[in-house]
Parts: sequence; C-alpha cells; structure tokens
Amino acid sequence: MAGLKAVPTTVHANPFPRKPWHSVLSIVAIIYLVYSINTLGLDWQRFIEGLGHADKLLDRMFPPNFERWKLLLEGLIESLEIAVIASTVGIFFSLFIGLLAARNFMPNWVTIPVRGFIAICRSFHPVIIAILFVKTVGFGALAGILTLIIATIGFIAKLFAEAIEEISFKQVEAIQATGAGFINVILFSVVPQVFSRFIGFATYQFDSNLRNSTMVGIVGAGGLGGTLFSAFQRFDYDFVAAILITIIALILFWEFLSTLIRTVFQCRK
Amino acid sequence: MSQIDHHWQRFTLKEKLSRFSVYLLFMLALVMSMRSVEIIPEFFYDAPEQMMDMFNRMWPIDIAFYPLTVHAAIIETLNIATLGTLVTLFIAIPLALINASNIVASPIAHWIARFFLVSSRSVNSLVWALLFVAIFGPGVLAGVLAIAFRSVGFVGKLLAEALEEIDMGTIEALRATGAPWGAVMCKGYWPQVMPAFYSIVLFRWDINVRESAVLGLVGAGGIGVVLNDSMNLFQWQQVATSLLAIFAVVIMAEVLVVNIRKRMI
Repeated sequence: MAGLKAVPTTVHANPFPRKPWHSVLSIVAIIYLVYSINTLGLDWQRFIEGLGHADKLLDRMFPPNFERWKLLLEGLIESLEIAVIASTVGIFFSLFIGLLAARNFMPNWVTIPVRGFIAICRSFHPVIIAILFVKTVGFGALAGILTLIIATIGFIAKLFAEAIEEISFKQVEAIQATGAGFINVILFSVVPQVFSRFIGFATYQFDSNLRNSTMVGIVGAGGLGGTLFSAFQRFDYDFVAAILITIIALILFWEFLSTLIRTVFQCRK
Repeated sequence: MSQIDHHWQRFTLKEKLSRFSVYLLFMLALVMSMRSVEIIPEFFYDAPEQMMDMFNRMWPIDIAFYPLTVHAAIIETLNIATLGTLVTLFIAIPLALINASNIVASPIAHWIARFFLVSSRSVNSLVWALLFVAIFGPGVLAGVLAIAFRSVGFVGKLLAEALEEIDMGTIEALRATGAPWGAVMCKGYWPQVMPAFYSIVLFRWDINVRESAVLGLVGAGGIGVVLNDSMNLFQWQQVATSLLAIFAVVIMAEVLVVNIRKRMI
C-alpha cells in the first residue's frame, strides 16, 4: 500500500485565462482614441498654450472676492427657493405618477403611457427644458422651478415605481382581507414598506436639484447660475471663484444634513 | 397576575421628536420659499398659450436642416461624450485607488482624494465648460475636458465603493504567495471589480451623451452650438430638428447601454 502518490506532473490550465473580448475592447478603445483626436482637431500645441492661460486665470481667481456678498446671497437664496419648491412639487407629483407606473398595481394600458411620459421627462437635459420654459414663462425663478419639476419627475417617479414593484404582496393581501378600499390598501400596506426608501430618494433628488438650481440660471431661469454667468462674462474671475466656493460649501452642507435625515428615517443608502 | 398597562408604540419618543423636527424644518423652508420667491402669476397663467405658440412655431420640423449642420454636430457630440469618458478614466482610476481604504490605508490620502472627487461633482458640467472655454477658447477641447472633469467625481466615488466591497480572501491568498503589488492589482482586485467598472463607465457614458448635448450653449462644441445659433435667430423649426436629433441619440444611447449591460452581467 503506497501511502504517497507521485506528484502529478500534468500541466494545469492557466487559472487566470485572458478573455478575448477584453483584448479586443482595449484595442478598439485605443483606435478610437487616435481616430477621435484626429477628427476633432485637438492638437497638443493648443493644449500647451491653454495651460499658460490656466495659470493666468487661476492668478485672477485667487484670492476669491466676497465684496459683493449681497448679490451672491440674493442668488443663493433664489437657488434654494427654486430647489425647495421644485423638489416638493415634483416629489408630490411623482408619488402619483410612480404608483401609476408600478406594473404590479396598474394594468398595462396605464403603465405604458405613464412610463413613456417619464422617459420623455428624463431624456432631455435640464438646461434644454429650461430654455423652452424661459421661452414660455419668461426669465426668472418660475422657469427654473418648472424645469426642475420635470427633472424630478423623470428621475424620482421611475425610482418610486421600481420601489413599489419590489414590495411584498403579503401585507397587501392582509389589508385587502380586512375589506379595506384602494386608498387604504395603498396607505397601510404599500406606504409603510417603501417610506424609508422614498425618503432616501427624496434627499438624493433634493441634492441634485440643488446642484441644478445653481446652473439653470445660465440660460436665464433664475438662481445663482445667472450671477455666475454674468460674472464670467464680465471677467470678474475673483467673484466667480467666490461663487464656486459658495456652491461647493452648500453642497457639502447638504450632504452632511442628508446623512442626518437618512439616519433619522433609518434608510439604506 | 399583574396587568400590562403600557400600550404599543411604533416609535420611541426620541424617534418621534427627530422625525417631527425634520418635518417642521421642511415645512418652514417650503413656506419661506413660497412667500419670498419672485413669480409673476400672469406669466404662469399665460404659459399654456405660450407653449402652444412655441409648438406652432416649431411645426413643421425642418428636416432639410439635418444634413446641413445637425448631423456633423451630433457626431461631434457623441465624440465629446466618448472621449471625455475615456479621459476621465486616467484621472478617476488613481483617485479611486487612493480613496479605497483597503488599498491605501492613510486617512490623509483619503481626505485629499475625497476633496478632488467632491469638488469635481459639485461643479456642474456647464460651469466646468465655462472655465475651460475661458482657458482653451471655444471649441471641442473645452467640451471634452469639461465632460472629463465632471465625470471624475462620479466614476471615482463609485469605483472606490466597488473596490471597498470586494472579498479580501483572494487578495490575502495572492499576497501569501509573494505576488508583487502589480500582480495583486491585476489578478486580485481587477477581476472582482471588473463588472462594476464596466457598468459604471457605461452608465457615465450614457449621462455624458445627455450632458455633452448642452455644452455648446456656452461655446464648448457639439450640437449645443447649432441649437444656440438657431435659437438666437428664432428659427424654431430648426430648433425642433436639433431637439429631435438629441432625443433620438439619447434614446439610442440608453437602449445600447441597457443591452450591453444585460449581456455582460
């Protein structure tokens, strides 16, 4: 009885095989890089020259100039107002639109058109929607609010619908068994299951509305973006730096606040 | 038998209070915004009429305008989005590696990396475009860099999270064999984050297609330039052509990304 076996000398297959599609992908990426740099007319000379300009620009941006803080504060408050109102109205509409788009509650002839509407809301960049609203309701905060409502519906209604589709139907059946009507079924079996996720989505959307509300002003829809754009056009780069620092501080502050809200409502990130 | 006299409550007092204060804060913000925001109600009532007017001006869509300028501009937009996404990787991957706590252990390095990631995300792509137009002059270069710098925060953050979630068993096994750093990266980390990496990049590319369509409004190339020109000339039928082209490209990009992700994952 041989206790020991000879060490097998068979050659093992490579445990880390190279995937062929992987090499193909990297080659395609490199070819594309060369091709696109050629067709877009990007040249190195201009890039190097630009770096010199960047140096000058940074020189003029620092130190940031907070002298016109009143103008800055005005824009900031308007941005905040746009974000708050648009998020509230948008999320309110999204609750109903999300429910209408949930395939486990609604028949196909309802969900398909509603989903189409959500897709249209989402497919255009907020700036393009802002341009159209500036044309229809004029310059100012109203155009910004309407734009961000559309953006909110496009994003949040879809997430709401997906959250509703994932719920457990046992609770729904239990509530139905008590003889509750449709509204009570929604309120007492669906809402408790999705509420904390809704809060998570809502804080996320407010964050993105806050960022966007500082941008729609570039096309005249109110808020800090207008201040920023006119500072750019007047080459007041030190004021531009001040505005940018304010925006970054605002976003960081909201990130801190939203973590707090999320822990209060105990939702997963 | 002693009687149980406490009744069931879903939340503790502390939970109730903190929830109530969030609601209160929110209502306060809403009421204050509603009171002080500057809205001219007449403009709001007038909106449906104005909207109809705009659509009337857009109809019929000027299809003949498409081959003249829109087609080239759409291709340029797609190139800006793709090239921007590729350039992003060169900056985002090192930052993600520094930001992942299971690769670099130093908290100072994390803070530095996180600072870059957060500032990249806080500044909007249009604002990045404004900055780069001021530096490099109007054109495609500004657009590509704006897209690249905006995407760094997104790709870097998600990639760092994916790196932190991997199973460290494989990494330890590789280290135990005495594998050098590069081999641990390529054979330990990379196979585990690869699916997440591709889906993050594809997702960002999809977003970038949308974003690069508007960069032209501030002079950074692509379809936005054409859109801006026809808008300034009040050629609403040409505007409609550009909008339709953007819509088609965005939908195609989304369908493409969804299909690739289905195949891959």
